[in-house]
Amino acid sequence: MSADVAVPGEVTVAHAYAAPPASWRLLARKPAFVAGAGILLLWMACAVLGHLIAPYDPLAQQLLARNAAPSGTHLLGTDPLGRDVLSRVISGARDILTIAPLATLLGAVLGTALGLIMGYFGGIVDAVISRIVEAVLALPVVIVAFLFVVAVGPSSLTLIVVIGFIFTPLIARTVRTAVLIEGQQDYLPAARLLGERPAYIMIAEILPNVLPVIVVEFTVRLGYAIFAVATLSFLGFGVQQPTPDWGGDIAANYGLLGAGYWWETLFPALAIASVVMALNLVTDSIEQVLSS
Amino acid sequence: MTEQQADAEPGPRAVPAAGPTLRVEHLEITYRVRGQDRPVVRDVSFEVGRQESYGLVGESGSGKSTVALALVRYLARNGRVSGGSISINGLDPLGLSAARLRDLRARTVSMVYQEPSRALNPSIKAGRQIAEVFQIAGLDRASSLDKARDMLRKVQIADPGRAMDRYPHELSGGMAQRVVIAMALAAEPALLILDEPTTALDATVEAEILDLIAELRRELATSVLFISHNLAVVASMCDRVGVLYAGELVEEGTARQVFGEPAHPYTVALLHCIPRRGQRKDQGRLDAIPGFLPQPGRVTAGCVFAERCSLAADECRTAPPPAFPLGGWHSSRCYRHSEVAELPKTTVYEGGEPGQTARPVAPLVTISSLSKTFGTGQNAVRALANVNLKIWRGETLGLVGESGSGKSTLARTLLGLIPPDRGSVLELDGTALSASLPKRTLEQLKALQIVFQNPDSALNRRRSVRWLIARPLRRLAGLSGRRLAERLDDLIRSVRMEARQLNLRPGQLSGGLKQRVAIARAFGGGPRLVVCDEPTSALDVSVQAAILNLLADLQAKEQVTYLFISHDLGVVRYLSDRIAVLYLGRIMEIGPAEQVFAGPHHPYTEALLSAVPSLDGKRTERIRLTGEIPAAASPPSGCVFHTRCPRRLASGACEHAEPGLDEVEPGHFISCHIPFGELRRLQAPGIAVQVKDQAQK
Amino acid sequence: MTLYLLRRVLLAVVTLWILSIIVFFAGQVLPGDPGRAVLGPFAAERAVRAYDHQLGVDRPLLVQYFGWIGGLLHGNMGTSYTYRSPVEPFIASALANSGKLALLALVIIVPLGIAGGVVAAVYSGRIIDRVISLSGLAGSTVPEFVSGIVLILVFGIALKALPITAATDPGASFADQLDHLILPVIPLVLVLFGYIARMARAGTVEALDSDYARTAVLKGLRRRTMIRRHILRNSLLPTITVIATQTGYLIGGLVVVETLFNYQGIGRLIFNAANGKDFPMLEAGVLVIGVVYMVATLIADVLYTALSPRLRVGAAS
Repeated sequence: MSADVAVPGEVTVAHAYAAPPASWRLLARKPAFVAGAGILLLWMACAVLGHLIAPYDPLAQQLLARNAAPSGTHLLGTDPLGRDVLSRVISGARDILTIAPLATLLGAVLGTALGLIMGYFGGIVDAVISRIVEAVLALPVVIVAFLFVVAVGPSSLTLIVVIGFIFTPLIARTVRTAVLIEGQQDYLPAARLLGERPAYIMIAEILPNVLPVIVVEFTVRLGYAIFAVATLSFLGFGVQQPTPDWGGDIAANYGLLGAGYWWETLFPALAIASVVMALNLVTDSIEQVLSS
Repeated sequence: MTEQQADAEPGPRAVPAAGPTLRVEHLEITYRVRGQDRPVVRDVSFEVGRQESYGLVGESGSGKSTVALALVRYLARNGRVSGGSISINGLDPLGLSAARLRDLRARTVSMVYQEPSRALNPSIKAGRQIAEVFQIAGLDRASSLDKARDMLRKVQIADPGRAMDRYPHELSGGMAQRVVIAMALAAEPALLILDEPTTALDATVEAEILDLIAELRRELATSVLFISHNLAVVASMCDRVGVLYAGELVEEGTARQVFGEPAHPYTVALLHCIPRRGQRKDQGRLDAIPGFLPQPGRVTAGCVFAERCSLAADECRTAPPPAFPLGGWHSSRCYRHSEVAELPKTTVYEGGEPGQTARPVAPLVTISSLSKTFGTGQNAVRALANVNLKIWRGETLGLVGESGSGKSTLARTLLGLIPPDRGSVLELDGTALSASLPKRTLEQLKALQIVFQNPDSALNRRRSVRWLIARPLRRLAGLSGRRLAERLDDLIRSVRMEARQLNLRPGQLSGGLKQRVAIARAFGGGPRLVVCDEPTSALDVSVQAAILNLLADLQAKEQVTYLFISHDLGVVRYLSDRIAVLYLGRIMEIGPAEQVFAGPHHPYTEALLSAVPSLDGKRTERIRLTGEIPAAASPPSGCVFHTRCPRRLASGACEHAEPGLDEVEPGHFISCHIPFGELRRLQAPGIAVQVKDQAQK
Repeated sequence: MTLYLLRRVLLAVVTLWILSIIVFFAGQVLPGDPGRAVLGPFAAERAVRAYDHQLGVDRPLLVQYFGWIGGLLHGNMGTSYTYRSPVEPFIASALANSGKLALLALVIIVPLGIAGGVVAAVYSGRIIDRVISLSGLAGSTVPEFVSGIVLILVFGIALKALPITAATDPGASFADQLDHLILPVIPLVLVLFGYIARMARAGTVEALDSDYARTAVLKGLRRRTMIRRHILRNSLLPTITVIATQTGYLIGGLVVVETLFNYQGIGRLIFNAANGKDFPMLEAGVLVIGVVYMVATLIADVLYTALSPRLRVGAAS
């Protein structure tokens, strides 16, 4: 077909009046999703079973084997304290894969509640919250997190609460938009005419319809949560040493890059990149399936 | 005039030496969906002769728009022409190189489609968009703009100079469509494709645009392919007509042949299920076509219509019928085309008391000084201005008016969905109705329900039919357990659905079935008044009749009152006992349906009625409105209709004073300065036309 | 138009005020005892008290807040705990340095992102689209320090092609400065490319799908002309807003990049202030970032309004 004839978009011929195939089955058919989910599962296994898989104790220092290059004994080499990099990378999955999902979940729950209220009631409630959202938006997530973590002192709980709170208005804004779109549908006045109360309408009528949006938003935010946790750890305000952590280990070792000890930094960096990429593949697939 | 000849004597006509403008032969189009090829157009052949106007009619999924897009080679990426050939002025668009195809599009064929405001680029001025056509043809900028202005003059747009400098969003729907038409005709194409060009417009504007198209066609000697779902529009605009059903051309002939002596059961059924002028619910039910439109892309062994056809025999189900020539241009793809004329009525009237019941002493609903203003200050829009109305028990009050007339606002304030202005009074059974829904009693909530226009929007798509219908039974009727289950069963049957369909979700139902679910929900709590807000306008014609019948039956059975809103006057007339005509939030006329339709009526009602094209193709005896519907934010002084009224008084009274709503006959009120006797005299010819129309049936 | 502008500025001011409360809360309420924080756990209680009194943090919260905000309004952003001198000069020089880095990033990213998005849209569904979309997505979620380290490894250490620090000697030539900024800019570009390309793609796909695009093609226009004349203007307008929003994230990225590449910008300033518990410096830095963001979005909104005929005319009438 010549370029002049190509037309964007596809016509969807209505496929029977039959049940659409289950979303997860469509997902399972996407190679991108399978690959992404596989990598994520691998890291989750590391997070849960890290102490069983890791060849060494991630905290055990071997003073005779400092900065050892990758070899048969230490597949990914050792760090300046002689700790096994592979073991630290495996164990490092745990904190980040706990903190990021919990923070996102907190943000998603609060944000959904807030978004439903903003979108459904509108008016002053909406205006006030929208201002606050905009103010939070005016600052990069990392910097706000940073500000609060510095003020309160770093701990896993602080990270979860702070990132969760920062995500709340962001997710609320997305949910609000989705609710506003639903608000134009006639099933809402129909429900009001049955005497349904606002809380019921929000939870039983609107929520099921905006759920796909929330799912997509959750996966997208999860990516940013990992981003934020890793960055904060790198800056020294996340998971504290000596606990194995990818961002923290990079921060501790990148100064030695110039000396040629690249493995201590590269492998944790690749670990972060692989989690993020895997998550992206999953998110992208989910988005495609939900929007088709 | 060729078209008049064709109209006068249906018969073969010599094809001009140059051949037809458009020839489509055995066209097959498939879409690839989820890895499967689905044929959506099958073996379609037709011709559009020089200066001829050819109509393609069909319901949704018939493939009519797909055919149009194939002609200009603009199918969606997953669609392709899988067989047959197209020839426009001897050129095959499917085989042209990119440059030649551009040339064909630039000079030979142009297209106008449904939503005029979307067809124009929002960020380029109207004049520049028209001028672009001339620039493609090689003219310089200045003369292109001059020519664009000429085109705007030609499409009779008000103030062409100003229209040139307007952005599309500053144009009304009618003006935007004029701009689009000007753009389409600028290159003086040999073939003009019109795809539902007036469907998105109001009735009076539609009439204007149709007149304009007819006039320009004569002037420019262009061939026209006119695509529409509206049989009457096609009948009035086209010389010859092809009827598409499920991707196949089932019948073809001159407009008079197809609509006068239809020879395919589908055409006959389609014509039967439209309420003819004057048909009323107490004179019998409409003929509905059983079953659903087949899903696009489904392959059937025999005739595509067989499963909905009462004549279908064995052969119809085994081999697809060829096109049987019936003399002249007429042909039908039906084995039993000779029996079609005696096709029996499919719907039997199931009783119910015909005729009007005596009016009860007290009205069910009283609306007094109802006003509704949206926005404040300078942006205030008065959607309803001091409306007074009584709705009587068991009647159907039809609410008629164009967009912006306040029909839906009136219904929604009554329901309590939007609060009216202070000072408005709503009463149910003589007791005040609170403006706010939560403050209404359970009895009041039960009493007032609604059926929305679009069931897709009105039904929560995440819920099962059972959930949707059970909710009002629980909330309003207070049922639970076995009694709930029994009532659920009753209710689903009363809307002619089956109990097993309770487990489905709306997405698994066809449009008609979805609307039945919505009706069942409205009737679940035992309502006394149901607002029907354009309940059939999102549905196909063949499904509409069944819904209207259902509404009429339910009314007869449950003694429910309807407030019936529709822009389709035929539909309103079929169901309504009384009719109120709204214009810019004010009642122009209200009275018994027969009197409002028969006249003498308000000049606006007169204009609305004469804007409706009729199936016999007559386009005479009309009064036409000029100008646009004024914005509700700044209504005209005096009588709000005076800016468009063709019967405006010379005395100037219309400009200065708002007329009262006066009772001109018992129960018939008109808000007009022209005395009733004078209206009778002015509208006398109109009555003659209608009488003739009735006689024809 | 002026009315709209006025409204918009007013809203920005309200937002800034809310922002100031957030910053104040985080910087002065949560830490509890700055004197203890600065002087350390072993300082004498009396010294801490005296220091707190000197800082004024023993006053009631409201008094502190109004004192602080009043100072801000007079251009007095506070006194650094660490340097015991006004913070403004530090902020100003850091801002100028970060400005260079951010500007360079924007100059690269805006055309690149828009072009990427438009190309992806025009060839939507094909390989090139998947490549652009997925690499954009990947780039936007891989933290800057990860991509930064890979870059340092490859270009700085393995290839020795580029300097791995961003700082230059005072008085360095423009070319020299540029050379030092190339590596730091790439992680920023990677993060932002995805966002901008994604928006540009979405807008363009929507425009290409529109009825008016069909009208233009059926007029007989070349596809290239059609895209230039009818698509871009409509599709890129929303992208302006995204670019402005992303300046905020850009500055967020600066904290990491400046730390990684040892560059004296606002990000590094904030980082050091946080490490040293220098709250006035921290607050001032964060607030300045907020202001930059607000100004950027304000400009974007005004630009959007000026370029969109619908809004332009709507606001005038």
